[in-house]
Amino acid sequence: MTEGEEGIYRENRLPSRLLAKLRSGLLRMLPQVIAVAAAFLVGAVVLVATGYSPLDAYATMLTGAFGDVYGIGQTLTQATPIIFTALAFLFSMKSGLFNIGAEGQLIIGGFAAALVGISFDGLPALIHVPLALLAGALAGGAWGFIPAVLKAKLGAHEVITTMMLSYVATYLTSYMVNYPFKAPGWVAQTVPLAPSAQLPRILPPTQLSASFIVALILVALTYFILQKTTFGYEVRASGLNPLAAENGGINVKRTMIIALFVSGAMAGLGGSGEVMGVHGRFIDGFSPGYGWDGLAVALVGGLHPVGVVIAAVLFGALRSGGMTMTRVTHVPLDIVIILQSLVVVFVAAPMLIRYLLRWREHKG
Amino acid sequence: MNIIDIINVGLFAATLRMATPITLAALGGIFSERVGVVNIALEGMMLTSAFSGVAVSYYTGNPWLGVLAAVAAGGLLGLIHAVLTVTFKGNQIVSGTGINIFALGFTAYMSQIIWGSRGASSSVPSLKAISIPLLKDIPIVGEILGTQTPLVYVMIIVTVIAQFVLFKTPMGLRIRAVGEHPAAADTAGISVVRVKYLGVIVSGMLAGLGGAFLSLGHLSLFAWGMTGGRGFIALAAMIFGRWMPLGAFGASIMFGFADALQMRLQSLGILPPQIILMLPYILTVIALAGVVRKATPPSDYKPYDKG
Repeated sequence: MTEGEEGIYRENRLPSRLLAKLRSGLLRMLPQVIAVAAAFLVGAVVLVATGYSPLDAYATMLTGAFGDVYGIGQTLTQATPIIFTALAFLFSMKSGLFNIGAEGQLIIGGFAAALVGISFDGLPALIHVPLALLAGALAGGAWGFIPAVLKAKLGAHEVITTMMLSYVATYLTSYMVNYPFKAPGWVAQTVPLAPSAQLPRILPPTQLSASFIVALILVALTYFILQKTTFGYEVRASGLNPLAAENGGINVKRTMIIALFVSGAMAGLGGSGEVMGVHGRFIDGFSPGYGWDGLAVALVGGLHPVGVVIAAVLFGALRSGGMTMTRVTHVPLDIVIILQSLVVVFVAAPMLIRYLLRWREHKG
Repeated sequence: MNIIDIINVGLFAATLRMATPITLAALGGIFSERVGVVNIALEGMMLTSAFSGVAVSYYTGNPWLGVLAAVAAGGLLGLIHAVLTVTFKGNQIVSGTGINIFALGFTAYMSQIIWGSRGASSSVPSLKAISIPLLKDIPIVGEILGTQTPLVYVMIIVTVIAQFVLFKTPMGLRIRAVGEHPAAADTAGISVVRVKYLGVIVSGMLAGLGGAFLSLGHLSLFAWGMTGGRGFIALAAMIFGRWMPLGAFGASIMFGFADALQMRLQSLGILPPQIILMLPYILTVIALAGVVRKATPPSDYKPYDKG
């Protein structure tokens, strides 16, 4: 092979390989794309049935979410906590557990971060910020650890216990900011965090904060842990086939417990980011359901960290664009929750999507 | 204030009342799991039904039509869950979660369309309490059982029927066989898919009845997220009761007591409401942790592949 030939070969190869990878990635995402499309279709039926124009609703949603820099900033702001909770669900799912309590882990994490944020004064930000984030992660982790231990040691089903603890987190933090940590005034919230515990805004005047960057780092970290470390291998093996994993010398119970702790910690970090970056304090009921968004996003993202980012931006757009839509067209904001649930329902049954595809082929 | 203000006959009457929606949903859970389908959508089915019942009562002025609508709505969601998990073999937890999220969004959305408020509906005609002659005159028992919302009695009757159907009839045998050993059931000539559909739809209808109790029996309106996790507590009651209707009823009485006590304590205002509200959820976790090791599920919940 001459030098020239080799050069041509290399030139051809690189883009084609990249294209092939892109194509296979897109193909892998096809069921999810169809699920989203189907959800919007059914959502349109709901809108028409209740007297709204789906075109108007979806168009204002789209322009609200992506129409200008401000819209994009708000979309990414909304996507940020969803990335955290989606990673949390993804991680638990990989280990074979259903952590449906990310909502509560996010809330309790946010509160712990707020506690650290208001308790110290005069710390350098370089110490205060990581300390608050750590507190949030630990609190969220604890909220995942309890159901994990109950599952591993006693067999209590994590779907019920994580859900129950979610309610406990909601009421516990609500009590905290209505009584011992209530700031003066009518609103159930803490006093503002010390400036040294606040995450900087990275795209003013939008609320997008450095929490978004933390989220992206966590995405890379999650990918790395799951794919490149022994622990990640153990998590995936336990999830795929716990019996085989156990026979292969993996301590499945221990892996499950750590995985659910990590999962809760991820959601807790997300809550910390909201408190430290967006609100600057803990406000009762600050999460409009980011935990559930995360579940949907993890599924739509095909349980892949990169897919999660794409899907989180979509769901962030639903939330931020949804607010514009409600303002302009007066469609109740809850249509966003309906759309989200429909996506989950369609993703739940990949065979249904395949069936629908085949049906289209037969017709066409 | 003394203990008599908290623990009295009224509390036990309230216990029976609050055990009603949990029992009905737990029965729903039993029928679904007995045919081998996990149904964590009980929560969403109850919520959708609670809403549907109120909406129909609002438009027709007849709460009993509302109850029918609630049962139908629950059955419809059961059908959807069955289509997704039995026919298309989708993940049961994911499908159930999807239905739960749908219920939260759909009821809030429709509540705004109909009543202009996301938080609560207007007050609608609801079921009137009835008194059972003779029974109501017995001391203590009469005070607890004698005068209740009709659905409390319906719950007791349905529990007994469910226990009988599951363990004393050929249909019950078929249901249990399909959950325990679908291949054997298939060989014996039972239509596995049809029985699974039946079980999951009945499951939705029972949860729907529980939802109707909340909005038309206990209250006379729909409020956002008014089920408050009772669908999940019902799952715990089902496990606690070893997937048997009478057992689930017993467990539901315990959870109903926690709920009734919580309400009583709240009305007395001795503790912050948030602390009291946590009690039923913490109790559920403790109960679940304490008992499940000894509980064997009636199925491995795998989708059935013929051949």
